[in-house]
Amino acid sequence: MRNLVRANATETWLILVTLVLCLFLSLATEQFFSLVNFTDLLNTSAVNLIFAMGLVVVLIAGGIDISFAVAASVVQYVTALALMSLGGGNWALGFIVAGLCGIALGAVNAALIHHFRIISIVVTIATFNAFFGLLMFFTRGVSIYNLPDWWSDRIILWEYETAGGAWAELTLPVLVMSICVFLTWLLIGHSSTGRQLYAYGDNPEAARRVGINEAAMQYIAFGWLGLMLGIAGLMQVNYAQEVVPNALFGRELDVLAAVVLGGARLGGGRGTVLGCVLGVLLIAITENGLNLLGVSPYAFKMVVGAIILVAITLSNISLETLVRRRA
Amino acid sequence: MAEQAAPAAVLAMRAVSKTFGGVQALRDVSFAVRAGEVHCLAGENGSGKSTLIKIATGVYSADAGAEIDIAGRHVTAPTPGLARRLGVSVIWQDLALFPEMTVAENIAFEALLGARPRLASQRQLRETAERALGRLGVTLDLTAPLRSLPIAKRQIVAIARALVGETKLIFMDEPTASLTRNETDHLLQIVRNLSASGVAVVFVSHRLAEVLEIAEAVTVLRDGGLVGVFPAEGMTQSRLTELMTGQTFDSAVSARDRGTAPAVLELRGLTRSGEYQDIDLTIRAGETVGITGLIGAGRTELGHTLFGMNRPGRGEIRLHGKPVSFRSNKDAIRAGIAYVSEDRLSLGLIQPQSIADNLALPVLDRLLSLGLISPRRKTALVDGWIRDLAVKIGKPEDPVSTLSGGNQQRIVLAKWLATEPRLLILDAPTVGVDVGARAGIFAIIRRLAEQGLAILLISDEAPEVHFNADRVLHMAGGRIVEEFDPRETSLAALELAVYA
Repeated sequence: MRNLVRANATETWLILVTLVLCLFLSLATEQFFSLVNFTDLLNTSAVNLIFAMGLVVVLIAGGIDISFAVAASVVQYVTALALMSLGGGNWALGFIVAGLCGIALGAVNAALIHHFRIISIVVTIATFNAFFGLLMFFTRGVSIYNLPDWWSDRIILWEYETAGGAWAELTLPVLVMSICVFLTWLLIGHSSTGRQLYAYGDNPEAARRVGINEAAMQYIAFGWLGLMLGIAGLMQVNYAQEVVPNALFGRELDVLAAVVLGGARLGGGRGTVLGCVLGVLLIAITENGLNLLGVSPYAFKMVVGAIILVAITLSNISLETLVRRRA
Repeated sequence: MAEQAAPAAVLAMRAVSKTFGGVQALRDVSFAVRAGEVHCLAGENGSGKSTLIKIATGVYSADAGAEIDIAGRHVTAPTPGLARRLGVSVIWQDLALFPEMTVAENIAFEALLGARPRLASQRQLRETAERALGRLGVTLDLTAPLRSLPIAKRQIVAIARALVGETKLIFMDEPTASLTRNETDHLLQIVRNLSASGVAVVFVSHRLAEVLEIAEAVTVLRDGGLVGVFPAEGMTQSRLTELMTGQTFDSAVSARDRGTAPAVLELRGLTRSGEYQDIDLTIRAGETVGITGLIGAGRTELGHTLFGMNRPGRGEIRLHGKPVSFRSNKDAIRAGIAYVSEDRLSLGLIQPQSIADNLALPVLDRLLSLGLISPRRKTALVDGWIRDLAVKIGKPEDPVSTLSGGNQQRIVLAKWLATEPRLLILDAPTVGVDVGARAGIFAIIRRLAEQGLAILLISDEAPEVHFNADRVLHMAGGRIVEEFDPRETSLAALELAVYA
């Protein structure tokens, strides 16, 4: 048990902080501790969680990506146009087109980083601007509302009428998110490829010397983020029921903050699926709580910023040091 | 050299040359290692040792005409993968491990390689790691992240990794550079055990005493050429130094009496609980006082206190007769104390920055002219010190990382001497420095002492303090247990007292 806590200090802290926050919100507000609120939290966090699953892989491999959220907007447009020209399409086609399109955009980043030896933050700031600029130029900022029904209809997988008459429900994005979380967990935690990604992010020179293929690492990391951003884009449309070119603009920093909060290190080599999930949920719960407490929405960012600073400072002090200091 | 033809040769290289651009790094060198042998590869920096290792392990390819046999198989073009399959491993000086990954993953990493993705079984990795550690007779917490291990244990992890599979030969590049005496002894024991179990070890080290203790044979390189292969038995350190450098160095006790000079530093009953107790010490102007002892003796901690990096619990520090109390090392620098740290690579220098910038860093405020750094004053400062300490550099604008160990250490010295200190603390000043360059550094130190600088020389190598200090203090368990006068005590007696 001590080993488990020591190895997962960040996760342990996040669980503690989240529990304390939940306890406080349960006591301070009436609506927080309810099934309806919890299912809502999952429904609204699903897209960010899918993004986070992709981003954490890139961070583990020692890179960073600023462009993934606007890339998802590009994927949404391309998918919408492609499927409508194909006569409407269906979910299977939607996943294939969005996934491939996302992987292609991820591969653009990987290619620039690997073949031109440019660091990932510079490449993705450039592609962030390029993707978004091209999208706004070609769409002239016009949204698409007349989407195929299969795409924009809410799909409820599970529902339950609570005593108060409100409906608690889980929608398709939650299921898709769960699958993405499971696959990412399998990839980074339990496959040889995932361990190579950790090693490459941890000590690139040592990785090179043991014979890890660098190009493969970049393409796998950014390709996986590409796949995830494609799926996240698809799900965000299902949630919002429209394609708006700047709907995801700015989302990259929210997701990045959550992933870093979850213990991924910007230098590479560190980060877990559990930490990511906890990071995204902690931020979602905070926003949800502030909402329920009636705090002005303008204060959200400030509070979220403070929480990230406090949580990261705490997680850098290991539990053992605290215990030893007291002893 | 007759062994080359013997079937038991695990590695035989003949007529190996290597040219980089216009520079010939190796010239017609042959090198052979028998199975289970401990063989030392000796030579100064730039003599071609690393190039030879890299050719043997397939990192570089040799120029045409070279012949390489590994485990009896003629290998025309070794690659890292092929060398590994034939049983040749390398432990690089920087270890090339993964700090965030677990001990087990680091040791058994090979099982995770390959393009085809598959499930990584942590249990299997642990079993492989356990087997490798078992061969070394060591137990480690396999699930701990590597970063939580001290450097000596990481070294063991690197050795265990090299043993995974059918390893017949391990190259160890400077394996003891950052180890203390005790840890080194442990490592040497491991090398002996490996050798007894039939694994050959090629040992590269700057510490010649170690080399002669462990190796059966020594191959000496100088300036890219082979000097010869010599049996370790009967070889002396001074003979080996001569072979490596082509020059002779006298190791003579340089102690003198400084009894009448004014005291620069006086410590009375200085104590910091858990680190050192009741330290009484006086260093006079122009005097070099050596402190030696095992790791954990409190030497480095005492040095840190004198440099204002931690505070003593009890006792008094007097500088030029006046009691002082430092809040930080800034105060200490202002009071005329300089400290050359034991970890030159990461703490002493900012590697990617230029020689000039590194040198000017502690004295930037003296280079100001109208609030900006005056390029003229900076150039004057840098050129002056580089000339004064005879540092071999290309241009002052080159990054410090391009210099050899000995020249880097000179830059560190220059950097601190530029602060015009009255007391210079040197902590392990020759770690990773060539024999030839060591002599040069100590010549500088002696000259500084002549000019009246008080010097505290901290080292875990007894010979270093014996030959270079005026008085030697033996520290153990946080106390000064004995004082030696090098003129009256033999080196053997000092070593016996310290290491026994």
